[in-house]
Formats: sequence, C-alpha cells, structure tokens
Amino acid sequence: MVERSRTGPGRRAVRGSVATALLASGLAACGGGGGAPTLHWYVNPDNGGQDRLARACSAASGGRYRIETALLPADASQQREQLVRRLAAKDSGLDLMSLDPVFVAEAANAGFLRPFTPAEAAGFTQGVFPAAVRSSTWKGRLYAAPFWAGTQVLWYRRSVARKAGVDPAAPGFTWDKMIDAAERTGTTVGEQGNKYEGYMVWINALVESAGGHVLTGGEDGAKARITIDGPAGRRAAGVIRRLARSRAASPTLATDIEEQARSLLNGPRGGFLLNWGYVWQAETGDAKAGTIAGSVVDDLGWAPYPQVTEGVKAKPPFGGIELAVGAYGRHKAEAVDAARCVTTADNMKRYMLDSGNPAARAAVYDDPEVVKRFPMAGLLRDSIDAAAPRPVTPYYGDVSGAIQSRWHPPASVDPATTPRRSASFISQVLRDKALL
Amino acid sequence: MSAPSRAELSDRGRAERRLGLVLSAPAVAVMLLVTAYPLANALYLSLFRYRLTAPDDRRFVWFSNYATALGDPLFWQDVLTTLVITAVTVAVEVVIGFAFALVMHRAVFARRTVRTAILLPYGIVTVISAFAWKYAFDLQSGFVNSWFGAGDFAWFSHRWASLLVIVLSEIWKTTPFVSLLLLAGLAQVPGDLGEAATVDGATAWQRLWRVTIPNMRAAILVAVLFRTLDAWRIFDNVFVMTSGQGKTETLSFLTYRQTITRTAIGLGDAVGVLLFLSVVLIAAVFIRGFRVDLSQVRGDR
Repeated sequence: MVERSRTGPGRRAVRGSVATALLASGLAACGGGGGAPTLHWYVNPDNGGQDRLARACSAASGGRYRIETALLPADASQQREQLVRRLAAKDSGLDLMSLDPVFVAEAANAGFLRPFTPAEAAGFTQGVFPAAVRSSTWKGRLYAAPFWAGTQVLWYRRSVARKAGVDPAAPGFTWDKMIDAAERTGTTVGEQGNKYEGYMVWINALVESAGGHVLTGGEDGAKARITIDGPAGRRAAGVIRRLARSRAASPTLATDIEEQARSLLNGPRGGFLLNWGYVWQAETGDAKAGTIAGSVVDDLGWAPYPQVTEGVKAKPPFGGIELAVGAYGRHKAEAVDAARCVTTADNMKRYMLDSGNPAARAAVYDDPEVVKRFPMAGLLRDSIDAAAPRPVTPYYGDVSGAIQSRWHPPASVDPATTPRRSASFISQVLRDKALL
Repeated sequence: MSAPSRAELSDRGRAERRLGLVLSAPAVAVMLLVTAYPLANALYLSLFRYRLTAPDDRRFVWFSNYATALGDPLFWQDVLTTLVITAVTVAVEVVIGFAFALVMHRAVFARRTVRTAILLPYGIVTVISAFAWKYAFDLQSGFVNSWFGAGDFAWFSHRWASLLVIVLSEIWKTTPFVSLLLLAGLAQVPGDLGEAATVDGATAWQRLWRVTIPNMRAAILVAVLFRTLDAWRIFDNVFVMTSGQGKTETLSFLTYRQTITRTAIGLGDAVGVLLFLSVVLIAAVFIRGFRVDLSQVRGDR
C-alpha cells in the first residue's frame, strides 16, 4: 500500500469491499474447479418465479449443477439486444436464456443456440401446444424448450354484455358485433395500439384469424414471400380502421399498451378488452389491494378471441417464453438437464401458480389447483391450442418494425393502401433497400 | 509578426521539430490503432449486405448501402433533426458561455465558488443529467408542468417539444465547457488594450465588440468547432428521453439502431461512415474556411 498516506480509512474500506465482491463473483463464476458447475440463466423480469425454479432445480440436481439467474431488461426488444450482443461475442457464461418466441428463429439461424437432439426434443414437446413448438423450431430442429405460453382472450364486463344483449362466449361472436355492442352501450373496446410489439400482436392475430399470413416461407430469410397484401391483410386493416374510428375506441388508442387498455376496462366506460391471461391475476390482485372495486372482478367475464369472419374460429395471439441453451456455454449437457427440469409439467404448474404465466403443456390445465386459481383455465388451454404464432423468420424484428411503421397510428389504417404499402416496405427493408 | 519560411528554419528549430515528432509518435501510433483500424473495418463492412444474425446471407454489394442511406427520407429527416439540435445548442451556448466566462473572469470575490458552480453541470454524466431532465418534464413525476402551468401537456409526445427539452438539457450540460474555453481566450486578451480603449473614450459595449472579441477570435472558433462536433454526435439525451420516437432521432441514434438493434452491420456501418464523413467535413470547413489555428489556443503567439 504505497498510497496509504493519501487514502483515508473510509476509502480503503470501500476499496476492500469492492475487491472482496470481485473476488467472490470471480470464484462463483469458476464454480469451484472440482465442484458443481454454475449455470447462468438469463431471465426476463417476472415476480421472482424463475429464480425460485432455478433454486428448486439446483437442489433437485443432486449437486450436478447450480443455476444462477441474471436479470435481463424489462423491455422485450432490449432483452433481445443484450442477448444478441452476448451471443455474438460468443459469451461462454451464457448457459440458459429465457427467449421471447419471436426471436428463437433469429438466434437459431445465427448459430447462437444449441439445437436439441431428436431424443431430447421428444421430451420437450410432448403434450406441448403446437404454436409453442412451431415457434421454437427452426428448419426442422427444436432450438428452444417451450416454458410458458401466453395468449389473449376477450375480457368483458358481464353487465355491459347483458345490456347490449350479446353473448361474447357464443360461437360466431365477431369483432363487428363486439364494436356494435360497445357503441350501443357507450363503452369501449380496449386494445394495444401503441407503436410497439403489442400492436403487431394484434395485427398478426387479425390477419391469421382472417385466414392469411403476414409472410410465408420464413425459412428463406430475406427471400420470404410477403403476403400481408392479400384478402386477409385487407380484412385485418378493415377491423382496425373500424375500431380506431369508432366511439368504442380508447381516446388514447394510438399510445395504449396492455396496462392502459386494462385500466380502461376498470373505468366507467369499460366494456371489452383484448388482453393476455395476466389480466385475471392483475384484476384480483388490484381488487384485493383496494385499487379497484371488488364488484369489477365479480362482473368480469371471459370469452374466446372474437372472430373476423363469422363462423370461422379465430386464431388468437401467441406469446410466452421459451428456454434455450447457449451455443457457446461451457456446460451444455448440464444446461440441457436444467432446461428439462425447469420445463417438467410439475414445474410449469408451480410457475403458473406462482407467477400467473400459463403453462406450455396442456395437461397442466386439468390440475385441480390450477383450475381453482384460474377459473378460465379451460378457455386459456383451448385458446393457446388454437393460437397462431407470429411469423417465424430470422428477420422478425425487421418485419414487425416495418409493419408497425406503416400501420401506425391505427386510425390511419386503410384497407385499400396500408397492406400494400407495408408489404413493399417490408421487402425493401429485408433487402437493405430502406432504413428502418 | 512574420512567419519564417521552411528554408529559414535554424538547426535548432529543425532539432526541436524532430523532437516533437518523436515525442508524439507513441500517441499517434495508439490513435491509429484505436481509431484507424475500426474505421477501416467499418468501411470494409459497409460494402456488404450483412446481418450479424444471418451470417450466410452475406453479399458484397459495393456502395449500394450508401445509396440506400442517402436515398432514404428517414436519413434526411435525421440529418435535419441533428442539424437543428446542433445549430440551436451551439448558438445559445456560445452566448451564455461567453457571459459565464466574463463572470468567471471578472469575479472578484468567491472566485473559486463561482467557477465551481458554473462548471458543475459539466461534471455530471450525460445519461444521468438526461434522466434528471426527463423526469422533470415527465407528466407523472415531473415538476415542470405544475411550476409553469403547462397543465397536462405531454412534452415527449410532440416532435418540437421533445426536441426543446433535449436541446435545453444539452445546453445546461455543455455550456460550462464552452465557457471554460472562452475563459482561456479572455485571459489572453492583453489588459492594456482595454485600458487604452477606455482612455480613448470607448464604452464598455464598444470595448467588448472592438477589443475583447476580435482578440479572442481563435478561442471562440475553437469553442464553436469543438461544440459543433460534439453536438453533431448527440446520442445519450435522445436515447434516454425519447429513444428516437416522434421524429426525434439523430444521426448517431440512427447508426445505433441499424447496427446494434437491427444488427444490420453493413447498412449500419454505411450510415456510421457517412456520420464520420460529415464530422470530417465540419472540421475541414472550420479549420480551412475559418482558419482556426488550434495552436493559438495555447497562447503561442
């Protein structure tokens, strides 16, 4: 300590503790040469459920491995940014990651993920919803293990539906009928119309429900065929235009995200809401905390995603999280085992009860405990089963961004021009002929 | 003052020049390593159609990325945004900075306190100051709307309102830098010139415009040059406050989004190289056009 004369005791203490902390983290990273290897699992923020699962699986491994979680940013696109940055630099300390399904194809195509062998894949996909498997598969190989699966359902106020004389749960309930009902009763239809991924979720669900796709041949990368400029794309644009320009739209539709749409349902003009399954847990939690009246929860109904064409079952949005093993990790065999542990039906159920995020295996929804906590478990299961994933393409971010830029704000959408313009813009962006 | 021509250099002068080159050689070598290599690499990569996440799709496309960028309205919209931010911040900062420099120069008592107070914002990390300004103008957490009776005006929902906040935060943050450079210039103005002018009956205003400013022209131009180059590359404030929404994206943010967010390495590097060329252009215009002599700031004259 040459500097002793110049550094006060306080500063030295700080320096000492920093050194200790660095040393400790360094040791932890090594996992202690002979002992159990430490797996690093990068998780999206939740209520701590993934961390609890990590601890449970570490204990269950009988000393084979220890899982430590590291928290990613809250925003899905920033999660992707951080993961891409680490993976592009071949980070050997990235063993497991919680991936948004739309980014699996990109990471897999770049060689960032360790694919599962057919034998491993069988276990990961058994009894799993088809949309989750399709989202996790790239060029015929399974690159991620479905962990939880989200979908949107129609949430509504029973009193409003009664007043309007409609039954949203009846087969053949369409967007048009819903908007009519909301207009008649002076209530609103909550949606996510901000310029962000949630708006793309809505657009894609409408296009898929109308029987089309945003693009086909995603495996061809930049040469995929853009099909949003078709009858389905125009039907979808028509629905968005109709809602955005009706009295039933939220006054702030162009900036609404999930939570604003939910609070619209709780307000005096609340009527209908298209939103993810988390709404149930959020509403009951808010009622318990006293921020909303308990009567709102008693009045809350749920129904399948509305149809675009009467009589044709809708294809609701698909979301959730997939578990992927990093291609550059030092302990890939252990990471696969850990992924296996996290995605057992038992642990999915545990996570569903803990965090409110729906399981990716259908059998969980028959569990009595799950049914008790989620009265709409059957509806969730059937909706996820019918759900359509967003385009599976390594250029998903570009496709989504290009669509958002041409379809926003919702009130400007025009079936005659918007699908066509967005289609040509997507092709330009994919061929590096336009900035995004 | 007559500048000696090359032939007239004395032996001693030549030796000094050689010593200077030798002494600066290590710095130049390091500079080349950390700037020339990445620059050459960016130039090379900008000739490809290349995504980090689609390594097999890589294709050599000559200058087509540059054509795409230069032909895209988004690029020119960002150029305009950057230009507005640069012009407004630099103009305002030079005026305020000069006033601050005069205060610091003339302060008779509490000199150190005055200087510290003026320089304080410059010591704050840009990201932190950007967050502070963002929260101040935020509808939920901010105090600006209630203090100035702006009601529920959403500052960051309008292009020019958000640019105003960005510009204000940039001015607040970097005016001290300008005033510091101008203070150095003020210190070089010989005191007897001002006294002589006073004897001749010049007013304070005339002394400022006829004596002080002409004598510190070099310092002013250097301050403007440095600040222009800085403001042209503005990133942090925009990233924190609007993340480029509502047409507030600047050139460096555009580069960031293409390269980091979209991982479109080729196209992003092309935009980055264009940004670099524009910086070179600004520097060249100042140094050639306005004859800024960087050595004058040191007081060699």
